Amino acid sequence: MTNATKNRLIDKTFLMFGILATLFGIVILCIFIGNIFADGISRLSFDFLESLPSRKPEKAGILTAWTGTLWILGLTTLVAFPLGVGAGIYLEEYAKKGWLSNILEINIANLAGVPSIIYGLLGLEIFVRVMGLGGSLLAGSFTLSLLILPIIIVSTREAIKAVPKSIKEAAFALGATKWQAIWSQILPASMGGILTGVILSISRAIGETAPLIVVGALAYVPFVAKSPMDEFTVLPIQIFNWVSRPQHGFIVNAAAAILILLSITFVMNGIAVYLRNRWQKKVKW
Amino acid sequence: MTTTDIKENNKASITEIDNLSKNIKIEARNIDVFYSEFKALKDINMNIYENSVTAFIGPSGCGKSTFLRCLNRMNDYIDGFKMKGEILIDNKKIYWKNVVVEELRKQVGMVFQKPNPFPKSIFDNVAYGIRIQGVKDKKFIEERVELSLKQVALWDEVKDNLKKGALALSGGQQQRLCIARTLAVEPSVILMDEPTSALDPISTAKIEELLFELKKQYTIVIVTNNMKQTARIIDMTTFYYMGELIEYDSTKNIFTKPKQEKTQNYITGRFG
Amino acid sequence: MNKTREYIIERLLFLCAAITVFTTISIILVLLVEAVGFFQEVSIIDFLTDKEWTPLFADKHFGILPLVCGTLLTTFIAISVALPIGLTIAIYLSEYAPKSFRKIFKPLLEVLAAVPTVVYGFFALLVVSPFLQKFFPEMSGFNSLSAGIVMGIMIIPFISSLSEDALYAVPKSLREAAYGMGSTRFQTAFKVTVPAASSGIVVSIILALSRAIGETMIVAIAAGQQPRLTLDPTVPIETITAYIVQVSMGDVPHGSLEYKTIFAAGITLFVFTFILNNISFYIKKKYQEKYD
Repeated sequence: MTNATKNRLIDKTFLMFGILATLFGIVILCIFIGNIFADGISRLSFDFLESLPSRKPEKAGILTAWTGTLWILGLTTLVAFPLGVGAGIYLEEYAKKGWLSNILEINIANLAGVPSIIYGLLGLEIFVRVMGLGGSLLAGSFTLSLLILPIIIVSTREAIKAVPKSIKEAAFALGATKWQAIWSQILPASMGGILTGVILSISRAIGETAPLIVVGALAYVPFVAKSPMDEFTVLPIQIFNWVSRPQHGFIVNAAAAILILLSITFVMNGIAVYLRNRWQKKVKW
Repeated sequence: MTTTDIKENNKASITEIDNLSKNIKIEARNIDVFYSEFKALKDINMNIYENSVTAFIGPSGCGKSTFLRCLNRMNDYIDGFKMKGEILIDNKKIYWKNVVVEELRKQVGMVFQKPNPFPKSIFDNVAYGIRIQGVKDKKFIEERVELSLKQVALWDEVKDNLKKGALALSGGQQQRLCIARTLAVEPSVILMDEPTSALDPISTAKIEELLFELKKQYTIVIVTNNMKQTARIIDMTTFYYMGELIEYDSTKNIFTKPKQEKTQNYITGRFG
Repeated sequence: MNKTREYIIERLLFLCAAITVFTTISIILVLLVEAVGFFQEVSIIDFLTDKEWTPLFADKHFGILPLVCGTLLTTFIAISVALPIGLTIAIYLSEYAPKSFRKIFKPLLEVLAAVPTVVYGFFALLVVSPFLQKFFPEMSGFNSLSAGIVMGIMIIPFISSLSEDALYAVPKSLREAAYGMGSTRFQTAFKVTVPAASSGIVVSIILALSRAIGETMIVAIAAGQQPRLTLDPTVPIETITAYIVQVSMGDVPHGSLEYKTIFAAGITLFVFTFILNNISFYIKKKYQEKYD
């Protein structure tokens, strides 16, 4: 075999490996989802959505869990969206280059890499104990807000960076103040990118389990939360609780709850991708 | 030749322009500009006359755009920008600490090299400058938009599509829209930074025609490299080289009998 | 009037940004304060050298080593899965795959990272472990192998996407030079593109490592709750993160030694990820300067 044919053989072999590797992850994901579908689909019903937790698997439902997840979704968005976008605007438009902006940047990169469970410890000490919020929805949302803040900040900055400088200059040249230029031109032009980042980060917050366990979300909550100060549970914690039980009935419940959780996650990711594509198509500079 | 000589020359030449208003609109005294350590402009002194078109020419990096952007303080946001000296517009110091920059920019409009309409409708583009001043009167805004678009001869082309996105317009139309947007704020000075360099010849001709009309009402300062075409509408021409004002004279004199060797070399294309 | 409004807005936005600094300071303070309390009762030497971790038993031992060992073991397994697969994907997508294929499959792979980790825990415990038990019948239901493998699948997109970005950013002219000399795509990839993008690839691997070390739910569900100083992937172990979850699930009164143990464990975890994050940040900065 000549050198050239040998090289081409290696090339072809690697090509095969590449396709296999790319498909591997996706096939595994499909197997997993298929498995869960087979386990859980029979359990999905309005009854399951409307029932409170119970010691008997066939009677147990996820009413408290999904309402808790909705609460967390709403409260976390309310807190993290303005804070994250505000910080992103500050860093991109106001912060002067220097030691302060350097520190802020290193700091945010670092926060993005802090494990979520550490945020749980932070929330436990600051929100639950020092601020006296207890294991409430508010404490949980604050904790998750801090967790996703770096993601929102980074995507806000990226989105703002993508707006051509000439737009800002045009606004200034017409007598706009800095904030007028940001509010009326830069933010509308970057909103698609910002929203994409926000939705992705919120979808991550909804899937989080560990920090909420540490903060004190409960596995068993017999009532639907009515105010941000109520105790709560969320879908991932309910799933975690059921997975750890030996009875097969609870495993089926867990699978059914996972189907709900995955639907929420995928729908949110879908919206984010749709927004990103639409925004990219609409605006061509 | 020393700087004082250059100044003397400039003073002398200006008297040769007869048909020009002698009212000084903009006055620059001893302007030095630094970007951090780099000295971008060196001791610029010049008067710009009301209702004239004054052009800045010179090789790229000569400081002409920097000086233009000093006139509406667009350099304020650049890191490391520092300016010494005084610029007066209508006898008011524009770098005085109590000047509201936004007010200044309403008076001194700017058109950029590449058309930069906002990604909004044609109407919203023109209305923007009025709206940010807090004007809510719908009828007033509509009238002003129509007037401004008529001034740039764009009205007939877009009057049925005012809600259409501005980015859908052609490059030349976009640039005229940007000029209309500037006019809507009712400035008295319009700065233009190579406004036709990104346009095709036909669009360029349209904009030049427009300049001819506009100079009746406005004082126009334009950075350009397209001297031969625009010579007919430009009254005064300033040649910059390496951050220095080399020569300032009527366009005719600059082109036919430049006093400085550097100007001559540039005009005849020996460097640039 | 305008000026005051602008000033107030700028201050407010600054406060938003400053919250991130407060967050970091709070994390460090919280961990330090509780950990100092812990070390007043437990000697730091015991903490670092004792081979047993049994704070919840009558015979208490406070050696962090078994938890660190469990953490590193699952991380090692995960990276052994994710690195070859992720890198192969990255090279394939940037050097071989048609554009349309790349455009579809890159975001599709990123879905792997969007799936909530509790779902992966379910897979590891109820799908992968039973499957592996067919080949290793004596393997325990809770083990680091299945948890590690599933975690590896989860972090594939960290490596594949970020490495692909780095490879894709390598100037086309470099590749063309190699092709021009008769290189195959494989030779070009491994001799030219990968070395040129090496810092970006290293950053992606470090981030994946950091993510694996801090991952909680997969190991809490599937790896067991038995701190054990072992490298055997078939027996139950416990990671630092799983221990924190285990204690948090119970009712531990604030101020007790058990309460403080989770902060001592937390600060150990934080130190690991902090070092990794800073290395990656440092490489990234240096690499940006080189190419910009």
